[in-house]
Amino acid sequence: MPALFNAGTFILQNTACMQALIDIKNVHLSYDTDDGNLKVLNGFDMSVPEGGFVAVVGPSGCGKSTLTRLIAGLMKPDSGEVWLHGEQVTSPRATVGMAFQNPVLLEWRSIIKNIMLPLEIVPTKLTRAQQEERARYLLSLVGLEGFEDKRPSELSGGMRQRASLCRALIHQPDVLILDEPFGALDAFTREDLWQTMHEVKSREPFTCVMITHDLRESIYLADQVVVMSGRPARTQYVLDMPVTGARSIETLYTPEAAEMLKTLRHEIEVAQGRVPATSAAG
Amino acid sequence: MSLRKILIPTLAIVIFLVLWEALVWVNDWPNYKMASPSDLVPAFKQYWQLFLTMGWQTLWRTVVGLLIAIVVGTLLGMIMGFSKTMREALYPLLVGFNAIPKATVVPIVALMFVGAHDFNTILIAFMISFFPIAVSISIGLSTLEPEYRDILRALGASKATIFWKIALPKTLPEFFGALKVAVTLAFIGTNLMEIVSPHGRGLGALFDSGKTNSDYPLMFAVLIALAFLGIVLYYVVVVLERIFAGWAEREAT
Repeated sequence: MPALFNAGTFILQNTACMQALIDIKNVHLSYDTDDGNLKVLNGFDMSVPEGGFVAVVGPSGCGKSTLTRLIAGLMKPDSGEVWLHGEQVTSPRATVGMAFQNPVLLEWRSIIKNIMLPLEIVPTKLTRAQQEERARYLLSLVGLEGFEDKRPSELSGGMRQRASLCRALIHQPDVLILDEPFGALDAFTREDLWQTMHEVKSREPFTCVMITHDLRESIYLADQVVVMSGRPARTQYVLDMPVTGARSIETLYTPEAAEMLKTLRHEIEVAQGRVPATSAAG
Repeated sequence: MSLRKILIPTLAIVIFLVLWEALVWVNDWPNYKMASPSDLVPAFKQYWQLFLTMGWQTLWRTVVGLLIAIVVGTLLGMIMGFSKTMREALYPLLVGFNAIPKATVVPIVALMFVGAHDFNTILIAFMISFFPIAVSISIGLSTLEPEYRDILRALGASKATIFWKIALPKTLPEFFGALKVAVTLAFIGTNLMEIVSPHGRGLGALFDSGKTNSDYPLMFAVLIALAFLGIVLYYVVVVLERIFAGWAEREAT
């Protein structure tokens, strides 16, 4: 079975033959807390090719959000390197877009003004009219046509998350970082947003890293699923999906998908320390 | 809708005045025990020029004191909101300062700056009213969810940009809530100075002269004038709130 989806291949081996847009090499990071030094990342490696979509899963508190902050340049590793587009990341950069579980829309702005917020920070060549045109295009892409002048408080949770996605993409970032973007939504709304995500991904040229707790979400959306070990985290397991890019929701209900979920489920249990790593999956 | 908004409060005021009149009439109180609304009309008629000049003195000094309180309160709130160390350092000091009854500060200030009546009055109005503003701004800033900062910080925005675009507008509803409290406090401050250390200016001084001359209706008339000014200033704040933080208002359901 593993041969089917090339399970267990560490991406580090692949980087030589692929142009990696995001390259994380042997990153160590620890926090100073009241209870002393807390080691979060312990030699974490990850590499995402240009246009790729990687989902990162792992047990709670294993440092997944720390990872997004490292890629965004909001934090620096103690040792190791984070590379974006062939440049080492040492500070935030305008080529990154972020969206979180909390959509954090600004209540005092209309939806379209919320979406155009990054363009007030990032230098842009677009004229005011072109900016608005792009905002409207993104809104229509996520199915929020006609909501331009509404306030965030007038939108449902799923719609707010869609708007948040538009804001993360308005400045045409190279990298989209999603930190459990659909975690607070109900199951049906979440599946709707998965479809939207595929739609958006096929039209916009970004490379995506998504943190998630939902294994089904990870195998439905991503080209590759990275399992982080328990804290201090390193790369424990990498699953390459047999199908990449946009796919039908039916693929989630195949025996192959069930097998992949089982494997991931097992890896999470290993990461949680509930089962020994030696016992083979499947 | 807007007619209703004016009619209901007006009606409430009229009912209040009628009840007040009835209370005095039923108990047959002389006006040195409690003046009735009908006693106030002659007092206002007789002294209307004094009410205008002194009311203006009270009003402008209150507003200036309040404006200084807004500036200083906002700055203090920003310092405490952004720095945990400063918050821990300043909070006990501020709470202690706020706990001192300002009536006891009035004679001290009056002695410190002898003769600087306007300055002293403004100072007391400021001292009594900056506290709620500082606290509300500091709480508003320190409870800002980190994601709000991160969406701009991830794009390389400066701290100042994040403050102007997100932190400041987001704290406006709390700020206006505090400002409504501060407005009435500032009036108390101005009048404390005018009454405790009278210098012939402001409605407080008019109140004091009513006391010296046993003109009880005049004293009550001053109270009503103060209440009127307080209501006016309060609604000025309400209008400003509508303009700048109207987004925080939810539609009534």
